Amino acid sequence: MKALELRGVEKSFKKRRGEVVRALDSISLSVGKGEVVGILGPNGSGKSTLVRVISTLVVPDRGEVEVFGIDATRHPKRVQRSMNRVSVEASFFKKLSAMENLLYGAKLYGVTSAEARPRIKEILDNIGFARKRATEPMEHLSRGMQQKIALARALLTSPVVMLLDEPTTGLDPRSKKDVQEFIRKIREAHDSSILLCTHDMGEAEELCDRVGIMMDGKILALEESEELKRRYATNGRVPTMEETFMAATGYSVEEASAEGDQDA
Amino acid sequence: MHNMLKPRWLVEVIAVWGYVQRNYFLTKRYFMWELVWLTFTTVNAMSITFIGAGVELVGGGEGTDTERLMTFLLIGALIWSYLSMIFDVLSETVQWERWEGTIEYTFMSPTSRVTHLLGMGVYAVVYGIARTAVVLGVAMLAFDLDLSEANYWAAMVILAVCSISLVGFGVVAAVMPLLSPEKGQQVTYIVSALLLLVSGVYYPVKVLPDWMQVIAQYSPVTYALEGSRAALQDGVGLSQLWSSIWPLLVMGVVFVPMGLFVFYLGESYAKRTGKLKRSG
Repeated sequence: MKALELRGVEKSFKKRRGEVVRALDSISLSVGKGEVVGILGPNGSGKSTLVRVISTLVVPDRGEVEVFGIDATRHPKRVQRSMNRVSVEASFFKKLSAMENLLYGAKLYGVTSAEARPRIKEILDNIGFARKRATEPMEHLSRGMQQKIALARALLTSPVVMLLDEPTTGLDPRSKKDVQEFIRKIREAHDSSILLCTHDMGEAEELCDRVGIMMDGKILALEESEELKRRYATNGRVPTMEETFMAATGYSVEEASAEGDQDA
Repeated sequence: MHNMLKPRWLVEVIAVWGYVQRNYFLTKRYFMWELVWLTFTTVNAMSITFIGAGVELVGGGEGTDTERLMTFLLIGALIWSYLSMIFDVLSETVQWERWEGTIEYTFMSPTSRVTHLLGMGVYAVVYGIARTAVVLGVAMLAFDLDLSEANYWAAMVILAVCSISLVGFGVVAAVMPLLSPEKGQQVTYIVSALLLLVSGVYYPVKVLPDWMQVIAQYSPVTYALEGSRAALQDGVGLSQLWSSIWPLLVMGVVFVPMGLFVFYLGESYAKRTGKLKRSG
């Protein structure tokens, strides 16, 4: 059984003035147990909508989303128990401390403070997060530190499926490296299946078992990174991941990560 | 530690406590703002009570039982402060999380929406009682109130029953920001203002135009005020307050399930249209 399976998922949004935006167009993909699948795509390609649909925040117009064989649209609560998410924005109560946010997040998944505290300490030690800073308001922490706390919060509920929606976007190089290292550790130490949406080519290539390219709501390709690159080989030369992305989407790395329509 | 090993009811109870504790943490962190609002509420209640003190001096109010009028006004101010607090906390459930940026995280968590709203309701009631007690304490020091006949027990029962229907009312209002992220919260402020206007907070409902009196019949605040005033000013017992209690019970039975159903519809709509997003 696949950890995550999408079949023919479609989603359109009506904008003002009656314009219809097709955010997801017949998306079919699967993530195996313990597998890390990366989705590369420029802003507005539909990555965030894809994550929102899987995390039950958006209901698809058509198609099926299953998490370990459970229909996410029909049984959202059963699916939510086994899933967690880290998004590009630090979704925290800014005035509350990291510890307060983590304890609150744990309780929403039925984990008491007494159960969560030792686990939080263990996770914070693991990621090199100074414990005394855990009592500071989130707004005093750097973006990189906030993103580490977001990953810790997700891990705290022992999810079998993790959805990482651009977890390193906007981070400084050092923080980016730390967060990527943390994701690598999660991958090695836990049995979680991970869907990682990003526009960082290196990140996708390095952390993922398979990489897909998404554009205008469609998955153009989804393969192991070497195979993906070979697919776009010209004159016998295997391109880099950046070149592969450009060949598939027509976007450069800079254009892909430029501020765009975040709605999709 | 994994939550799947726990019975469902226990997971929900832990989550209710999670919401209550989170709101307590937020109150602590926004302490200065809380102090500002507490001061504002206290000063507001005192100012309104002083209107009663000044009636005779203004002219035309000769023969007025000033002490009774002041008590009438203060009870109105206190009960409105308490009930509007419950309404505000509930009706801001969605908007607050949208502003903080946590709405998606909260709405994708596995605990039920009833648990979410119950946690908000429990905190609103406890916080409302604490805040109103402080205002009442200050008012007792500042004014020589006529509460010699007061039946506090009956007044508390009235307020407890009214709190339930106000929670339901607040949940209905909370759906507005789900339907319209930009304008929804403003609508809840209008609802709150209308409750203040028609419920007889600072005057008997009978002075209102007929059409407003009709609306007042559907406001739980009307019955809470009538009952509380009768209990506190005239010492009326529970058995004689049935005319205030039964409408509140009916409203509680109607508004709470209706609120949850309307919220469910609103949440479904927001999930279909992609409106369940942060804006902060």
